Amino acid sequence: MTSPTTTAPRPLPTRSTGERVSAFVVKWGFVAVTAALILFFLITEPNFRTVDNIFGMLKYIAPTAIAGLGVMLAMTVGGIDLSVGASAGFAVSIAAWTMVIANQVGGVAVAVVLICGLLIGALNAFLIVVARIPDLLATLTTMFVIVGLKLIIVDGKSISSQMTLSNGTTAPGKFTADFLWLDRGSIGPVPVPVIIFLVITIVLWFLLERTRWGRALFAVGTNSEAARLSGIRVQWYRTAAYMGCGLLASIAGLLLAARIGQGDVSAGNSLLLDAVAVALVGVSVLGIGRPNAWGTALGAVLIAVMVTGFTMLGLPYYAQDFGKGIVLLIALLFSFTFSRRRTVVTAGSTTSAS
Amino acid sequence: MTLATAAPIEGHDVSVVSLVGVSVAYGSNVVLTDVSLDFRAGEITALLGANGAGKSTLIKALSGANPRYSGEIRIDGAVVHLGSPVQARQLGISAVHQKVADGIVPGLSVAENLTLDDLAHASRHPLRNKRAALADARAALATLGLDWSDGILNQDADRLAISDAQLLVLARALRSTPQLLILDEPTSALTAAEAERLFDVLRALRANGLSIVYVSHRFGEIEALADRVVVLRDGIVQSNTVRPFEWHEILHDMLGRATDLDHDRGTTHRGTTTVATLDGIQLFPESAPIDLTIKAGEVLGVLGLIGAGKTEIAELLGGLAAPLAGTLALEGAAYAPRRPGDAIAAGVVLVPEDRQRQGILPGWSVQQNITLPFLKKSSVGGLLRGRAERRRTEEVIESLSVVTSGPDEAIDDLSGGNQQKVVVGRWISAGPRLALLDEPFRGVDIAARREIGARLSALAADGAAAVVLSSDVDEIFEVADRIVVLVAGQVELDRYADEVDRAAVIGAFLGQERSPTAAPAPAGEPAPPRDDAPVSPESTPESN
Repeated sequence: MTSPTTTAPRPLPTRSTGERVSAFVVKWGFVAVTAALILFFLITEPNFRTVDNIFGMLKYIAPTAIAGLGVMLAMTVGGIDLSVGASAGFAVSIAAWTMVIANQVGGVAVAVVLICGLLIGALNAFLIVVARIPDLLATLTTMFVIVGLKLIIVDGKSISSQMTLSNGTTAPGKFTADFLWLDRGSIGPVPVPVIIFLVITIVLWFLLERTRWGRALFAVGTNSEAARLSGIRVQWYRTAAYMGCGLLASIAGLLLAARIGQGDVSAGNSLLLDAVAVALVGVSVLGIGRPNAWGTALGAVLIAVMVTGFTMLGLPYYAQDFGKGIVLLIALLFSFTFSRRRTVVTAGSTTSAS
Repeated sequence: MTLATAAPIEGHDVSVVSLVGVSVAYGSNVVLTDVSLDFRAGEITALLGANGAGKSTLIKALSGANPRYSGEIRIDGAVVHLGSPVQARQLGISAVHQKVADGIVPGLSVAENLTLDDLAHASRHPLRNKRAALADARAALATLGLDWSDGILNQDADRLAISDAQLLVLARALRSTPQLLILDEPTSALTAAEAERLFDVLRALRANGLSIVYVSHRFGEIEALADRVVVLRDGIVQSNTVRPFEWHEILHDMLGRATDLDHDRGTTHRGTTTVATLDGIQLFPESAPIDLTIKAGEVLGVLGLIGAGKTEIAELLGGLAAPLAGTLALEGAAYAPRRPGDAIAAGVVLVPEDRQRQGILPGWSVQQNITLPFLKKSSVGGLLRGRAERRRTEEVIESLSVVTSGPDEAIDDLSGGNQQKVVVGRWISAGPRLALLDEPFRGVDIAARREIGARLSALAADGAAAVVLSSDVDEIFEVADRIVVLVAGQVELDRYADEVDRAAVIGAFLGQERSPTAAPAPAGEPAPPRDDAPVSPESTPESN
């Protein structure tokens, strides 16, 4: 019980050396691991040093990072989105279909894809907010539905320019140059995907950390009941977060489509795990303990460095998954086990209360 | 106080379980202090206490659910440490918890549910055979004198009526042949006839020498059933009495004694302008409509036990629920908030009952907690203005003397009382027209309580209306200018604080203050307990 008269600042509880060390490790561990990996590859692999490689790495990871930022957005309201990979894959096929089969220009394809992304997000939000299906299950279901729908639309086939259609004619359209610019273009020395990645990170950081809407999103994720009683329209914010996530996943899909240059039906399949991993790593970066934009971006960079380095070392591709798994495991240990404070990631456990 | 010169009941004056100096603390928060009690064979001990009095904590320690207690628990005179519910059961203490549904595994048959504890027994044969289970189940039911058909025993337990499920759970608790049986609000979901059936069972068990701890808010049941009444308040045993029960005394003990009032509460202010009215509002499906006027310039104290309707009033005005019947008005105009945001925009703020669940954002700073409901005011075009947030936070810290190292300290690191000051200050800092505070003093130390009370008086003096809803007479007398007593959704008393004394307020709880002119009931006269008194139709589960 506190004395009624003292209003003087209370000294912070003193912490032991062990606690201070663990707090330091929690805060800087991930940055240190990333730096150490970069340093290691800088020394051992001469090719790693080139500017081309650095941008190449960032360009390679951009779709994963953007999808990861989407998952991060869903996490801010205490949810998760497992349909990001499927949404990105859907975007690849729909972009190809719009340009090749429907013979439209790249701009139209982009618009169609972005609208589809928002609709997928709206479907997730409907299932979670209105139908009250737990987020994990709802987005898993959406994933199935979206993958299936994509295959129905494209007849189960990859769509490429000048492909032969089922009626024997040649497809009228092709991947237009303006669309391919999304992957191949650059502004100055910086490739377009890297710019998109960076811009999205900055916008999300600003939205989440500097605006009242961001504060409200986090409030919904931290204590939705307290948020509701504070006058925050909880269900609207959850809807917005899932729609934002769908939008980001479809942007990731656009970059993938532009990279592949055709409507590969298997595109996006591997994106989900990486995106979720990146968002979870982001939570633990700098000991922040909650979803955040820069942490997610850094998590993506870490994975890019690792994958590139592994490739240069000549390790087989399957070693990458093992490495990613270990990184994620360490991140989760930092977030949940070693952290002094309870980490605010309740993915899968939140259902629509109220 | 009528004291325990314990009348022996039918010759069983043997303590089966004794508590000696048992205390429980959660962190620095002591919730049970030095409790010493004897539970005797063949005796039903009723455990009474308002919300947060420590009943649940006591039951948890006694049933092994909370092994971190200090002091001694003795069974048949031998000191034991109760480390788990299984251990407590083996030593002869069984508990039936309030939510019957939690004790039933849906999908398993009635028989399987009755013999559920066998699953946890290593000594039992791992292969259960159906016929043996049926026989065991029937034996368990026989202890209650029940004979259910095979059809019932084989059906899904989920399909049992709630009263039958209650009996199932009870029969299971009795399978381990306990010496002490703990029943937490066993009738909260039962009809009167079903409850009567349960009482017959309990009386029979008592006659067999079982010691029973009975937790309830229904005075009528306790009058009909109990041999002894133990009252807890603020984690301390206030009284321990045997028949005949002095209900005035018991209520005094439960709700707070006059001696605690060591502080001058000053003059009673009388508000003049009406801020809000409840017009023909029905609080519960079966209750009659009530009218209530809330005035500016005074602090209104609404007193009621669990299920009296206080939280319902707060939720109606705060925009959390729509009225079943009747209308609300705010400053003369019709007022129908559809969500909390509407209420806040209209200047009606609600400090909710459960600070942890509904109030604070764990892990967030004091500042972020304070500014949450008024982010619009601390931002320009959506952009948060750190300086505006900081100013508001410093105002709250200053005006309520919040003990903290600064606006950026995490709210979790503050003491409970200071967390509450932050939550109260958060709402009051915006200058509301009507502030509703539901149980604002729960788990709050006296100093914090005084500071919050003073802040409310200042708010009222500035022309706003403040409503404090509480189950504690002391708290209400301390802060309120006007006192309303709610019982089962009805206004039993509505008077200014200088017009009534404690006895009148307590009398109102017992239904003696129906007419506004009725004199306070003479002390000492046994009051007729009302069976339906402070009980809600949908009794809220209580947490300590």
